[in-house]
Amino acid sequence: MKIENYHVPFSVSEATQMLQHGGVTIVAGGTDLTPQLEAGVRKFASTLMNIQRVDEMRGISILDGRYRIGGLTTVAEILGNGTLADDVPVLVEAADHFASPQIRNAATLAGNLCNASPAGDMCIPLLLLDADVELVSWVDGSISVRLVALSDFFTGPGKTVLQADELLTAIEFNQPAENFRASFQKSGPRPALEISTVAMGFAAAMDNGVLAGVRVAIGAVAPVPLRARATEAVLEGQLLDETLISRAEEAAQQEVSPIDDVRASAWYRKHLTGVYINRALVALQGDTHGN
Amino acid sequence: MEIEIKFVLNGRVVQTRVPPDMTTLMMLRENFDLTGGKLACGEGECGACTVRIDDRTINSCLMFAVDCDGREIQTIEGLGSVNGLEIMQQAFVEHGAIQCGYCMPGMIMQARYVVDQCNDKASMSRDDIARGLEGNVCRCSGYTKVVDAVAAVVLEEASA
Repeated sequence: MKIENYHVPFSVSEATQMLQHGGVTIVAGGTDLTPQLEAGVRKFASTLMNIQRVDEMRGISILDGRYRIGGLTTVAEILGNGTLADDVPVLVEAADHFASPQIRNAATLAGNLCNASPAGDMCIPLLLLDADVELVSWVDGSISVRLVALSDFFTGPGKTVLQADELLTAIEFNQPAENFRASFQKSGPRPALEISTVAMGFAAAMDNGVLAGVRVAIGAVAPVPLRARATEAVLEGQLLDETLISRAEEAAQQEVSPIDDVRASAWYRKHLTGVYINRALVALQGDTHGN
Repeated sequence: MEIEIKFVLNGRVVQTRVPPDMTTLMMLRENFDLTGGKLACGEGECGACTVRIDDRTINSCLMFAVDCDGREIQTIEGLGSVNGLEIMQQAFVEHGAIQCGYCMPGMIMQARYVVDQCNDKASMSRDDIARGLEGNVCRCSGYTKVVDAVAAVVLEEASA
Protein backbone atom coordinates (compact mmCIF):
# COMPACT_ATOMS: atom_id res chain seq x y z
CA MET A 1 0.00 0.00 0.00
CA LYS A 2 1.05 3.57 -0.58
CA ILE A 3 1.99 5.47 2.57
CA GLU A 4 -0.45 8.34 3.03
CA ASN A 5 0.66 9.68 6.40
CA TYR A 6 3.92 9.97 8.27
CA HIS A 7 3.92 10.61 12.02
CA VAL A 8 6.64 11.19 14.57
CA PRO A 9 5.18 10.98 18.09
CA PHE A 10 7.18 12.31 21.05
CA SER A 11 5.41 10.39 23.84
CA VAL A 12 3.82 7.01 24.50
CA SER A 13 0.39 8.63 24.85
CA GLU A 14 0.76 10.33 21.47
CA ALA A 15 1.97 7.08 19.85
CA THR A 16 -0.80 4.92 21.32
CA GLN A 17 -3.48 7.43 20.30
CA MET A 18 -2.15 7.17 16.78
CA LEU A 19 -2.38 3.36 16.91
CA GLN A 20 -6.09 3.60 17.78
CA HIS A 21 -6.89 4.73 14.24
CA GLY A 22 -5.46 1.48 12.84
CA GLY A 23 -3.47 0.98 9.64
CA VAL A 24 -0.11 1.88 11.17
CA THR A 25 3.33 0.48 10.36
CA ILE A 26 5.70 1.14 13.27
CA VAL A 27 9.37 1.76 12.55
CA ALA A 28 12.21 2.07 15.07
CA GLY A 29 15.67 0.78 14.11
CA GLY A 30 14.39 -0.54 10.79
CA THR A 31 16.88 -3.42 10.69
CA ASP A 32 14.18 -6.10 10.36
CA LEU A 33 11.42 -3.98 8.81
CA THR A 34 13.38 -2.68 5.81
CA PRO A 35 14.51 -6.09 4.47
CA GLN A 36 11.01 -7.50 5.10
CA LEU A 37 9.41 -4.69 3.07
CA GLU A 38 12.05 -5.07 0.38
CA ALA A 39 11.45 -8.83 0.16
CA GLY A 40 7.68 -8.29 0.06
CA VAL A 41 7.14 -10.35 3.24
CA ARG A 42 5.52 -7.26 4.77
CA LYS A 43 3.54 -4.42 3.26
CA PHE A 44 3.30 -0.83 4.43
CA ALA A 45 0.06 0.21 6.11
CA SER A 46 -1.29 3.64 5.13
CA THR A 47 0.44 5.36 8.05
CA LEU A 48 4.14 5.10 8.84
CA MET A 49 4.85 5.94 12.49
CA ASN A 50 8.47 6.54 13.47
CA ILE A 51 8.75 6.02 17.24
CA GLN A 52 12.46 6.92 17.50
CA ARG A 53 11.71 10.25 19.26
CA VAL A 54 9.69 8.71 22.11
CA ASP A 55 12.44 9.32 24.67
CA GLU A 56 10.50 7.77 27.57
CA MET A 57 10.99 4.41 25.82
CA ARG A 58 14.77 4.57 26.22
CA GLY A 59 17.19 3.72 28.98
CA ILE A 60 18.17 1.01 31.43
CA SER A 61 17.25 1.43 35.10
CA ILE A 62 16.84 -0.59 38.26
CA LEU A 63 14.36 0.15 41.05
CA ASP A 64 13.68 -2.00 44.11
CA GLY A 65 15.49 -4.98 42.63
CA ARG A 66 13.65 -4.84 39.31
CA TYR A 67 15.28 -3.95 36.00
CA ARG A 68 13.44 -1.92 33.40
CA ILE A 69 14.80 -1.59 29.88
CA GLY A 70 13.01 0.81 27.55
CA GLY A 71 11.82 -0.81 24.33
CA LEU A 72 13.86 1.56 22.16
CA THR A 73 17.10 0.69 23.94
CA THR A 74 19.51 -0.57 21.30
CA VAL A 75 21.41 -3.84 21.48
CA ALA A 76 24.64 -1.77 21.51
CA GLU A 77 23.41 0.11 24.60
CA ILE A 78 22.80 -3.21 26.38
CA LEU A 79 26.25 -4.43 25.32
CA GLY A 80 27.90 -1.27 26.65
CA ASN A 81 26.06 -1.14 29.99
CA GLY A 82 28.44 -1.77 32.90
CA THR A 83 25.71 -2.49 35.47
CA LEU A 84 24.16 -5.18 33.27
CA ALA A 85 27.62 -6.63 32.54
CA ASP A 86 28.21 -7.14 36.29
CA ASP A 87 24.71 -8.10 37.27
CA VAL A 88 23.15 -9.88 34.26
CA PRO A 89 26.11 -11.02 32.13
CA VAL A 90 24.01 -13.51 30.16
CA LEU A 91 22.03 -10.63 28.61
CA VAL A 92 25.21 -8.79 27.63
CA GLU A 93 26.71 -11.98 26.21
CA ALA A 94 23.71 -12.49 23.95
CA ALA A 95 23.98 -8.85 22.84
CA ASP A 96 27.64 -9.48 22.01
CA HIS A 97 26.64 -12.32 19.65
CA PHE A 98 23.98 -10.17 17.97
CA ALA A 99 24.45 -9.47 14.22
CA SER A 100 27.13 -6.80 13.57
CA PRO A 101 28.24 -3.52 15.19
CA GLN A 102 26.23 -1.43 12.72
CA ILE A 103 23.06 -3.45 13.33
CA ARG A 104 23.56 -3.43 17.11
CA ASN A 105 23.76 0.38 16.91
CA ALA A 106 20.32 0.56 15.29
CA ALA A 107 18.36 -2.53 16.38
CA THR A 108 16.07 -2.07 19.38
CA LEU A 109 15.15 -4.58 22.06
CA ALA A 110 11.41 -4.11 21.45
CA GLY A 111 11.97 -4.62 17.73
CA ASN A 112 13.81 -7.89 18.29
CA LEU A 113 10.96 -9.18 20.48
CA CYS A 114 8.08 -7.92 18.29
CA ASN A 115 9.68 -9.39 15.19
CA ALA A 116 9.19 -12.72 17.01
CA SER A 117 11.73 -14.73 15.07
CA PRO A 118 12.12 -18.19 16.65
CA ALA A 119 15.87 -17.42 16.37
CA GLY A 120 15.69 -13.93 17.97
CA ASP A 121 18.90 -13.65 19.98
CA MET A 122 17.69 -11.38 22.79
CA CYS A 123 14.66 -13.61 23.47
CA ILE A 124 16.80 -16.37 24.98
CA PRO A 125 18.41 -14.51 27.93
CA LEU A 126 15.17 -12.62 28.59
CA LEU A 127 13.22 -15.92 28.74
CA LEU A 128 15.82 -17.18 31.25
CA LEU A 129 15.32 -14.06 33.34
CA ASP A 130 11.52 -14.60 33.45
CA ALA A 131 11.12 -11.19 31.84
CA ASP A 132 7.78 -9.45 31.33
CA VAL A 133 6.93 -7.11 28.48
CA GLU A 134 4.92 -3.94 29.04
CA LEU A 135 2.20 -3.45 26.42
CA VAL A 136 0.52 -0.06 26.32
CA SER A 137 -2.63 1.06 24.53
CA TRP A 138 -4.96 4.06 24.61
CA VAL A 139 -8.35 3.17 26.11
CA ASP A 140 -11.17 5.62 26.86
CA GLY A 141 -8.98 8.68 26.93
CA SER A 142 -6.11 7.34 28.96
CA ILE A 143 -3.15 5.01 28.88
CA SER A 144 -3.81 1.35 29.64
CA VAL A 145 -0.92 -0.92 30.59
CA ARG A 146 -0.69 -4.71 30.71
CA LEU A 147 2.27 -6.84 31.65
CA VAL A 148 2.70 -10.13 29.79
CA ALA A 149 5.25 -12.82 30.63
CA LEU A 150 7.67 -13.06 27.71
CA SER A 151 7.10 -16.85 27.67
CA ASP A 152 3.42 -16.11 26.86
CA PHE A 153 4.20 -13.31 24.39
CA PHE A 154 5.21 -15.36 21.35
CA THR A 155 2.50 -17.34 19.53
CA GLY A 156 4.27 -18.41 16.32
CA PRO A 157 6.93 -17.37 13.82
CA GLY A 158 6.52 -13.58 13.51
CA LYS A 159 3.41 -13.72 15.73
CA THR A 160 2.81 -12.39 19.23
CA VAL A 161 -0.09 -11.47 21.52
CA LEU A 162 0.60 -7.78 20.79
CA GLN A 163 -2.62 -6.18 19.53
CA ALA A 164 -2.69 -3.71 16.63
CA ASP A 165 -3.38 -0.82 19.04
CA GLU A 166 -0.58 -1.79 21.46
CA LEU A 167 2.99 -0.63 21.79
CA LEU A 168 5.74 -2.66 23.51
CA THR A 169 7.20 0.09 25.66
CA ALA A 170 9.53 -1.72 28.08
CA ILE A 171 10.95 -5.02 29.26
CA GLU A 172 11.16 -5.78 32.98
CA PHE A 173 12.77 -8.53 35.05
CA ASN A 174 13.86 -9.10 38.63
CA GLN A 175 17.50 -8.63 39.48
CA PRO A 176 18.92 -12.19 39.43
CA ALA A 177 19.60 -13.81 42.80
CA GLU A 178 23.17 -14.01 44.10
CA ASN A 179 23.50 -17.71 43.10
CA PHE A 180 21.92 -17.35 39.62
CA ARG A 181 24.45 -18.68 37.10
CA ALA A 182 23.45 -18.44 33.47
CA SER A 183 25.14 -19.30 30.20
CA PHE A 184 24.41 -18.59 26.54
CA GLN A 185 25.45 -20.75 23.59
CA LYS A 186 24.79 -20.05 19.92
CA SER A 187 25.71 -21.95 16.80
CA GLY A 188 26.32 -20.77 13.28
CA PRO A 189 29.01 -21.01 10.60
CA ARG A 190 30.50 -17.61 11.49
CA PRO A 191 30.33 -15.53 14.68
CA ALA A 192 28.99 -12.36 13.04
CA LEU A 193 25.64 -11.73 11.34
CA GLU A 194 24.55 -15.26 12.02
CA ILE A 195 20.97 -16.31 12.38
CA SER A 196 21.27 -19.02 15.00
CA THR A 197 21.13 -22.65 13.96
CA VAL A 198 20.42 -23.32 17.63
CA ALA A 199 20.80 -20.98 20.60
CA MET A 200 20.50 -22.07 24.22
CA GLY A 201 20.34 -20.28 27.52
CA PHE A 202 20.75 -22.24 30.71
CA ALA A 203 20.55 -21.15 34.34
CA ALA A 204 20.65 -23.01 37.64
CA ALA A 205 21.95 -22.80 41.16
CA MET A 206 23.83 -25.71 42.76
CA ASP A 207 23.64 -26.75 46.39
CA ASN A 208 25.73 -29.79 47.40
CA GLY A 209 25.53 -31.14 43.86
CA VAL A 210 21.74 -30.66 43.67
CA LEU A 211 20.22 -28.42 41.00
CA ALA A 212 17.74 -25.70 41.91
CA GLY A 213 15.97 -22.94 40.01
CA VAL A 214 16.73 -24.59 36.66
CA ARG A 215 15.74 -22.56 33.61
CA VAL A 216 16.31 -23.59 30.00
CA ALA A 217 15.51 -21.47 26.94
CA ILE A 218 16.16 -22.65 23.38
CA GLY A 219 16.03 -20.67 20.13
CA ALA A 220 15.51 -21.74 16.50
CA VAL A 221 14.12 -25.17 17.41
CA ALA A 222 10.36 -24.48 17.58
CA PRO A 223 7.77 -22.03 16.15
CA VAL A 224 8.62 -19.68 19.04
CA PRO A 225 11.68 -19.04 21.22
CA LEU A 226 11.08 -21.83 23.73
CA ARG A 227 11.15 -22.03 27.53
CA ALA A 228 11.87 -25.76 27.87
CA ARG A 229 9.74 -26.48 30.95
CA ALA A 230 9.76 -30.29 30.57
CA THR A 231 13.56 -30.34 30.47
CA GLU A 232 13.65 -28.03 33.48
CA ALA A 233 11.36 -30.43 35.37
CA VAL A 234 13.70 -33.36 34.67
CA LEU A 235 16.61 -31.43 36.20
CA GLU A 236 14.98 -29.53 39.08
CA GLY A 237 15.94 -30.78 42.55
CA GLN A 238 18.09 -33.60 41.15
CA LEU A 239 21.66 -34.61 41.88
CA LEU A 240 23.81 -33.57 38.94
CA ASP A 241 25.56 -36.69 37.65
CA GLU A 242 26.20 -38.47 34.33
CA THR A 243 22.84 -40.25 34.38
CA LEU A 244 20.98 -36.99 34.87
CA ILE A 245 22.92 -35.35 32.02
CA SER A 246 21.86 -38.17 29.63
CA ARG A 247 18.25 -37.85 30.79
CA ALA A 248 18.37 -34.07 30.23
CA GLU A 249 19.73 -34.55 26.69
CA GLU A 250 16.86 -36.90 25.86
CA ALA A 251 14.27 -34.62 27.45
CA ALA A 252 15.49 -31.55 25.60
CA GLN A 253 15.61 -33.40 22.28
CA GLN A 254 12.03 -34.55 22.82
CA GLU A 255 10.84 -31.10 23.79
CA VAL A 256 12.07 -29.30 20.67
CA SER A 257 10.30 -29.46 17.29
CA PRO A 258 12.78 -28.04 14.77
CA ILE A 259 12.29 -27.76 11.02
CA ASP A 260 14.54 -28.47 8.06
CA ASP A 261 15.56 -25.21 6.42
CA VAL A 262 18.41 -23.63 4.51
CA ARG A 263 20.51 -23.22 7.66
CA ALA A 264 20.28 -26.75 9.07
CA SER A 265 18.29 -29.97 9.11
CA ALA A 266 15.84 -30.77 11.89
CA TRP A 267 18.02 -33.77 12.76
CA TYR A 268 21.08 -31.57 13.24
CA ARG A 269 19.19 -29.03 15.34
CA LYS A 270 17.97 -31.83 17.60
CA HIS A 271 21.49 -33.19 17.86
CA LEU A 272 22.85 -29.74 18.73
CA THR A 273 20.16 -29.28 21.39
CA GLY A 274 21.53 -32.38 23.13
CA VAL A 275 25.12 -31.18 22.76
CA TYR A 276 24.29 -27.76 24.24
CA ILE A 277 22.41 -29.04 27.28
CA ASN A 278 25.28 -31.46 27.86
CA ARG A 279 27.86 -28.65 27.66
CA ALA A 280 25.86 -26.40 29.97
CA LEU A 281 25.57 -29.13 32.61
CA VAL A 282 29.19 -30.28 32.30
CA ALA A 283 30.33 -26.64 32.69
CA LEU A 284 28.20 -26.37 35.82
CA GLN A 285 29.83 -29.55 37.20
CA GLY A 286 33.26 -28.07 36.48
CA ASP A 287 32.39 -24.78 38.24
CA THR A 288 31.26 -26.63 41.34
CA HIS A 289 34.33 -28.89 41.46
CA GLY A 290 36.51 -25.79 41.04
CA ASN A 291 35.04 -24.13 44.12
CA MET B 1 3.91 12.16 -0.64
CA GLU B 2 7.16 13.78 0.42
CA ILE B 3 8.45 14.89 3.81
CA GLU B 4 10.65 17.91 4.38
CA ILE B 5 13.67 17.10 6.56
CA LYS B 6 16.61 19.14 7.85
CA PHE B 7 19.85 17.77 9.24
CA VAL B 8 23.61 18.26 9.41
CA LEU B 9 25.42 16.52 6.57
CA ASN B 10 29.21 16.43 6.69
CA GLY B 11 29.24 19.54 8.85
CA ARG B 12 26.69 21.61 6.87
CA VAL B 13 23.01 22.14 7.59
CA VAL B 14 20.98 20.79 4.67
CA GLN B 15 17.31 20.46 3.78
CA THR B 16 15.63 18.07 1.40
CA ARG B 17 12.33 16.36 0.58
CA VAL B 18 12.03 12.56 0.72
CA PRO B 19 9.29 9.97 0.25
CA PRO B 20 8.61 8.24 3.62
CA ASP B 21 9.86 4.87 2.34
CA MET B 22 13.16 6.13 0.92
CA THR B 23 16.28 4.76 2.64
CA THR B 24 19.01 7.03 3.95
CA LEU B 25 21.44 5.48 1.47
CA MET B 26 19.27 6.35 -1.55
CA MET B 27 18.69 9.87 -0.23
CA LEU B 28 22.45 10.43 0.10
CA ARG B 29 23.11 9.07 -3.37
CA GLU B 30 20.18 10.63 -5.24
CA ASN B 31 19.43 13.89 -3.42
CA PHE B 32 23.01 14.81 -2.50
CA ASP B 33 25.11 12.96 -5.08
CA LEU B 34 27.17 11.37 -2.29
CA THR B 35 27.85 8.06 -4.02
CA GLY B 36 30.59 6.75 -1.71
CA GLY B 37 28.13 4.55 0.21
CA LYS B 38 27.03 1.61 -1.94
CA LEU B 39 23.91 -0.50 -2.21
CA ALA B 40 25.16 -4.08 -2.24
CA CYS B 41 23.10 -6.52 -0.18
CA GLY B 42 20.35 -4.12 0.95
CA GLU B 43 19.80 -6.07 4.15
CA GLY B 44 22.56 -5.08 6.55
CA GLU B 45 24.82 -8.04 5.86
CA CYS B 46 27.66 -6.34 3.97
CA GLY B 47 28.30 -2.88 5.44
CA ALA B 48 29.03 -1.21 2.07
CA CYS B 49 26.49 1.49 2.97
CA THR B 50 27.96 2.31 6.41
CA VAL B 51 27.66 5.95 7.49
CA ARG B 52 27.95 7.66 10.85
CA ILE B 53 24.77 9.09 12.38
CA ASP B 54 24.83 10.93 15.72
CA ASP B 55 28.25 9.37 16.26
CA ARG B 56 27.36 5.74 15.76
CA THR B 57 27.74 3.79 12.54
CA ILE B 58 24.69 2.21 10.96
CA ASN B 59 23.72 0.50 7.71
CA SER B 60 22.20 3.40 5.77
CA CYS B 61 20.33 0.93 3.53
CA LEU B 62 18.19 -0.04 6.55
CA MET B 63 17.43 3.40 7.95
CA PHE B 64 14.55 5.46 6.62
CA ALA B 65 15.69 8.84 5.31
CA VAL B 66 12.85 10.62 7.17
CA ASP B 67 14.51 9.57 10.44
CA CYS B 68 17.58 11.68 9.56
CA ASP B 69 15.58 14.79 10.48
CA GLY B 70 17.45 16.70 13.19
CA ARG B 71 20.40 14.31 13.21
CA GLU B 72 24.05 14.67 12.31
CA ILE B 73 25.39 12.54 9.45
CA GLN B 74 28.90 11.90 8.25
CA THR B 75 29.65 10.02 5.04
CA ILE B 76 33.01 9.00 3.57
CA GLU B 77 32.93 12.27 1.59
CA GLY B 78 33.01 14.16 4.90
CA LEU B 79 35.92 12.26 6.38
CA GLY B 80 38.86 13.94 4.65
CA SER B 81 39.16 17.62 3.75
CA VAL B 82 40.27 19.74 0.81
CA ASN B 83 43.75 19.52 2.33
CA GLY B 84 43.94 15.78 1.88
CA LEU B 85 42.85 12.39 3.09
CA GLU B 86 41.99 11.60 6.68
CA ILE B 87 44.60 9.38 8.40
CA MET B 88 42.45 6.21 8.09
CA GLN B 89 41.91 6.77 4.35
CA GLN B 90 45.64 7.42 3.90
CA ALA B 91 46.53 4.22 5.79
CA PHE B 92 44.28 2.15 3.50
CA VAL B 93 46.07 3.61 0.47
CA GLU B 94 49.54 3.08 1.91
CA HIS B 95 48.87 -0.53 2.90
CA GLY B 96 47.33 -1.47 -0.45
CA ALA B 97 44.17 -2.40 1.42
CA ILE B 98 42.02 -1.41 -1.54
CA GLN B 99 41.34 -3.88 -4.34
CA CYS B 100 38.18 -3.28 -6.37
CA GLY B 101 37.26 -0.53 -3.92
CA TYR B 102 33.51 -1.15 -3.76
CA CYS B 103 33.38 -1.94 -0.03
CA MET B 104 35.98 0.66 0.95
CA PRO B 105 33.82 3.70 1.85
CA GLY B 106 31.83 1.57 4.29
CA MET B 107 34.90 -0.29 5.52
CA ILE B 108 36.82 2.95 6.22
CA MET B 109 33.81 4.58 7.96
CA GLN B 110 33.50 1.54 10.24
CA ALA B 111 37.28 1.32 10.83
CA ARG B 112 37.37 5.01 11.84
CA TYR B 113 34.44 4.43 14.23
CA VAL B 114 35.95 1.30 15.80
CA VAL B 115 39.23 3.06 16.55
CA ASP B 116 37.45 6.22 17.81
CA GLN B 117 35.30 4.08 20.13
CA CYS B 118 38.26 2.30 21.71
CA ASN B 119 39.27 3.81 25.07
CA ASP B 120 42.46 1.80 25.33
CA LYS B 121 44.10 1.92 21.92
CA ALA B 122 47.46 0.70 23.28
CA SER B 123 45.98 -2.74 23.94
CA MET B 124 43.80 -2.95 20.81
CA SER B 125 44.63 -6.23 19.05
CA ARG B 126 44.23 -7.38 15.46
CA ASP B 127 41.36 -9.56 16.72
CA ASP B 128 39.65 -6.49 18.20
CA ILE B 129 39.98 -4.76 14.82
CA ALA B 130 38.62 -7.76 12.93
CA ARG B 131 35.74 -8.02 15.42
CA GLY B 132 34.89 -4.35 14.88
CA LEU B 133 34.80 -4.89 11.12
CA GLU B 134 32.76 -8.10 11.19
CA GLY B 135 29.77 -6.32 9.64
CA ASN B 136 31.76 -5.29 6.58
CA VAL B 137 32.30 -7.73 3.74
CA CYS B 138 35.06 -7.40 1.12
CA ARG B 139 34.27 -9.59 -1.88
CA CYS B 140 37.91 -9.43 -2.98
CA SER B 141 38.56 -10.90 0.46
CA GLY B 142 41.47 -8.54 1.12
CA TYR B 143 41.06 -8.55 4.87
CA THR B 144 44.69 -8.94 5.92
CA LYS B 145 45.77 -5.63 4.44
CA VAL B 146 42.65 -3.94 5.79
CA VAL B 147 43.59 -5.04 9.30
CA ASP B 148 47.21 -3.97 8.62
CA ALA B 149 46.01 -0.48 7.70
CA VAL B 150 43.77 -0.13 10.75
CA ALA B 151 46.49 -1.51 13.05
CA ALA B 152 48.89 1.15 11.74
CA VAL B 153 46.38 3.89 12.61
CA VAL B 154 45.85 2.35 16.05
CA LEU B 155 49.60 2.31 16.65
CA GLU B 156 49.97 5.93 15.55
CA GLU B 157 47.01 7.19 17.60
CA ALA B 158 47.90 5.15 20.69
CA SER B 159 51.33 6.77 20.90
CA ALA B 160 50.01 10.24 20.07
